[in-house]
Amino acid sequence: MNDTLFMYPEYEVVRDADKCIACRVCERQCANEVHSYDPDLKKMFADSTKCVNCHRCVCLCPTHALKIVKSDDTYKINGNWNNQTINEVYRQAGTGGVLLSSMGTPKPYPVYWDKMLVNASQVTNPSIDPLREPMETAVYLGKKTAKLERDEKGKLKDTLPPQLKLSVPVMFSAMSYGSISYNAHESLARAAEELGIYYNTGEGGLHKDFYKYGKNTVVQVASGRFGVFKDYLETAAAIEIKMGQGAKPGIGGHLPGSKITDAVSTTRMIPKGVDAISPAPHHDIYSIEDLRQLVYSLKEATGYKKPVIVKIAAVHNCAAIASGIARSGADIIAIDGFRGGTGAAPTRIRDNVGIPIELALASVDTRLREEGIRDNVSVVAAGSVRSAADLVKAIALGADACYIGTAALLSLGCHLCRTCHQGKCNWGIATQVPELVKRLNPEVGYKRLVNLVTAWKHELQEMMGGMGINSVEALRGNRLMLRGIGLTDRELSVLGIRHAGE
Amino acid sequence: MKRIYAEEKWCLGCHLCEYECAYANSGIADMVKALKGKDIFPRIKVEDGDGVHFAVNCRHCSDPICVKSCIAGALSRDGDGMVLIDKDKCVGCYTCVMVCPYGAIMPAEGGKVAQKCMLCTDNQMNGEPNCVKHCPNRAIVFEDRG
Amino acid sequence: MKYVIIGNSTAALYAVEGIRSVDKKGKITIVSDEKHPAYGRPLISYYLYGKTDLEHIAYRPADFYEKMGVDLILGERAVKIEPKEKRVLLQSGKKAGYDKLLVATGSRPFVPPMEGLEEVENKFSFMKLDDAFALEKALSPEKDVLIVGAGLIGLKCMEGILGRCRSVTVIDLADRILPSILDEGGAAFVQKQLEKKGVRFLLGDSAAKFGKNVAYTKNGKEVPFDVLVVAVGVRPNTELVKDAGGEVVRGIVTDDGQRTSIPDVFAAGDNCESFDISSGTRRILALLPNAALQGECAGVNMAGGDAHFANAVPMNAIGFFGSHIATAGVYEGECFEDIAPDHYKKLFYKDNELKGYILIDCIERAGIYTSLIRNKTPLSEVDFKLLEKSPALMAFSAAARREKLARRQ
Repeated sequence: MNDTLFMYPEYEVVRDADKCIACRVCERQCANEVHSYDPDLKKMFADSTKCVNCHRCVCLCPTHALKIVKSDDTYKINGNWNNQTINEVYRQAGTGGVLLSSMGTPKPYPVYWDKMLVNASQVTNPSIDPLREPMETAVYLGKKTAKLERDEKGKLKDTLPPQLKLSVPVMFSAMSYGSISYNAHESLARAAEELGIYYNTGEGGLHKDFYKYGKNTVVQVASGRFGVFKDYLETAAAIEIKMGQGAKPGIGGHLPGSKITDAVSTTRMIPKGVDAISPAPHHDIYSIEDLRQLVYSLKEATGYKKPVIVKIAAVHNCAAIASGIARSGADIIAIDGFRGGTGAAPTRIRDNVGIPIELALASVDTRLREEGIRDNVSVVAAGSVRSAADLVKAIALGADACYIGTAALLSLGCHLCRTCHQGKCNWGIATQVPELVKRLNPEVGYKRLVNLVTAWKHELQEMMGGMGINSVEALRGNRLMLRGIGLTDRELSVLGIRHAGE
Repeated sequence: MKRIYAEEKWCLGCHLCEYECAYANSGIADMVKALKGKDIFPRIKVEDGDGVHFAVNCRHCSDPICVKSCIAGALSRDGDGMVLIDKDKCVGCYTCVMVCPYGAIMPAEGGKVAQKCMLCTDNQMNGEPNCVKHCPNRAIVFEDRG
Repeated sequence: MKYVIIGNSTAALYAVEGIRSVDKKGKITIVSDEKHPAYGRPLISYYLYGKTDLEHIAYRPADFYEKMGVDLILGERAVKIEPKEKRVLLQSGKKAGYDKLLVATGSRPFVPPMEGLEEVENKFSFMKLDDAFALEKALSPEKDVLIVGAGLIGLKCMEGILGRCRSVTVIDLADRILPSILDEGGAAFVQKQLEKKGVRFLLGDSAAKFGKNVAYTKNGKEVPFDVLVVAVGVRPNTELVKDAGGEVVRGIVTDDGQRTSIPDVFAAGDNCESFDISSGTRRILALLPNAALQGECAGVNMAGGDAHFANAVPMNAIGFFGSHIATAGVYEGECFEDIAPDHYKKLFYKDNELKGYILIDCIERAGIYTSLIRNKTPLSEVDFKLLEKSPALMAFSAAARREKLARRQ
């Protein structure tokens, strides 16, 4: 039985017959085979049931004859049982399986970035014009625990632990080769190199072609340990231990066998065509002490030359966990909020587990300050940083830098259709199908990434200038620059900010 | 001289270039009006194979055999090296079709004369090749490679 | 440096361009017995057909000779080459001295002796623009035309005049039309098309005897006509070179730089032989592209450059009333055929090479086939199965495609 039998398609492909020239570009570009041409009628047709609303056809239609609209078909209006909820029941009744989703949760949870406003200088503390005056956007990530020590000749010793220098406080989030394509990876790597920032391999190993971007690469060591070996660690600028991911806290990764091609299998060092399942926990880490062992193992393996990042999902007690991590020897803590993206996650987990990054970041920063260990680590915020404004607010809340994943993919063409897990990404990003992968020309992709981050850099400079602040360093943790709007006292207190007007 | 080069690696076989070419050379300002309900006769053609696609149009050879084979003197090479066809002189013998090693000259709509890419210098695009402009993946580029 | 070119058609013009690509200053003189600036010679049938006109028939822009610095002596015939004196005698008695001489005299119609031919008033050849003008004057909608010869010239003439007279009959000794370029099947295919247009063919027959307005055929038919066109064949104009002591076989013999056996005398075009890469023999290939390539090669070498032309391919693109034929090479070896009511296709291959083809109403991208013949591309290096279907660059290797489509020119 057709498992979509009970459901009407959520979105409809609408074709303006007056504009359609039947060039069939939509048909050729749809991996879901929505569009078809009828040679007898000389007309295009669309099967909306197959449409994932990725907008590939809409964007490529040369006469703008296509649009995709939310269907106004509706079940009987029900405040409790909405169409989506009902459809999920139908789907599960049809398949018997766990619902899978991709990218960040689409549920309308509060977005605290949008409930915070930024300050600007007036009269007494003049604003700065970034076009005329220096405005420092570079940051260094790592322990700032240098001590004044002199050698026997009386010269100052360099006791500063290894640092990552970022020209802008932005890095590309961990996205594995496997979950995203070779060309997407190449785009990220080349952009990171040109921008003077870092991209992150995710738990997918590092393709041999990309070793040359090593000085702009953060390599990940996750619970499955896929692709981890000596050269991998040595090539990287930094190593990230992934304890958790914002989109799916508490569970491991799952790369379907269909995405495990020859090259992915070689890179991950796992068998071809077999599902790659990384465990929920690291089986050798059950305590901060265990984590410390892994941190120092990796440092030992790489001669203490590279910072080690520990990435956790933003969960209820993340402040306490961060405190532990800051004492584990890690150089950087990355916190990934629950709106962060993923190539595949169980829907229930993605939509119901974890907490917003804004609250997690504020509480972690507060806790580390309170304990006097804030300088032990740098803090990187992740999980839906959508714009330079979010970036400014994250820094003011206490972040040293932010990871961007979804925004980076959007710049490569992603339209957030949230069907990465099906492996048929029409934009050539979340797929391993060669015909689809080639749709993302890294020459185009890397420039768009560079453009995006460059634009954000300008906006960051302008907003800082407006506040009378001339370096990211001076903005970091400067919560006086933020005011809440429409927030409860409790929320304001967790965020550590005052309400607008106060 | 700037020429159009096809990068097979990035060609998706979407055939947009063919339609953009037909539109550019239609002399009609609106694409829908120009192409709706019509067969197109583009000067660039995409070849489709098993996972391989690429666009082919005039290479503007530095030693163009089409020019030397034209019985009417309708084909010529201008000072920059662009190979031109004068439709008023062409008699449609298609000797050029018979000699072009790329298969890049073809009968024009109506079948009375030959046509070939003239880098959009002879239409409403003013020398900005429309296929290049609208290629969604930079599989066709307009560059000076010498 | 003084250059003299005898003849003013394709080979001559390309020789001028060839010379000027090396020598911008030398003095170039063209001597031609025709009075017109160069025109595309095959265009005379298109002129009658109405596809071109006198404004567009010129092969080069009006200022070509001036821009190229050519002295044009038109309506003057070269009668003798004096190689020792390095000069050419003209009919008027003038002499033209040269340092380098190009003989680009082309060919002339061959009219075999036929009984009673002298009695025919309205008889024409079909070679030059003046022939077309003369024929044009004689035509009117109530005239019946007889064309002797169903070859390329005879049939192009037929296409040109069919709409301008009452009827056209074509007679040829051969048992099929276009025998020089088509096999039996192809000839029958085209003949059927032409007969539908109203052309009458008498094949395997010949005019045994002429009256004033009638031909009596060998097979006993009586064909009345008002206008007679004799298009039996052509003969190369080799006499100037032969008389001056140059080597001539069927055509003038040259090396691959278009040098004749006489020092400083070059030859190019329909009057000389070239090396046919498809058959591996030297023969006359009276084709416009061949004349252009030979002419250019000669010009470059006359001016002291170093050019070679050694890969001629016999080929013809011809068409009638909207149908199109392309043929090339030799029809030897194994044959792939694809014959349908609306097209006719044969590919001939031997020794791992494409040797020739016949394409009727399926000529699109035929140049890809021609290049295989010209380059002697080993068929094992291409996807010949794909090529059988239709010419496509897809049949080449990825590296070859890259070389073709993405390399510097």
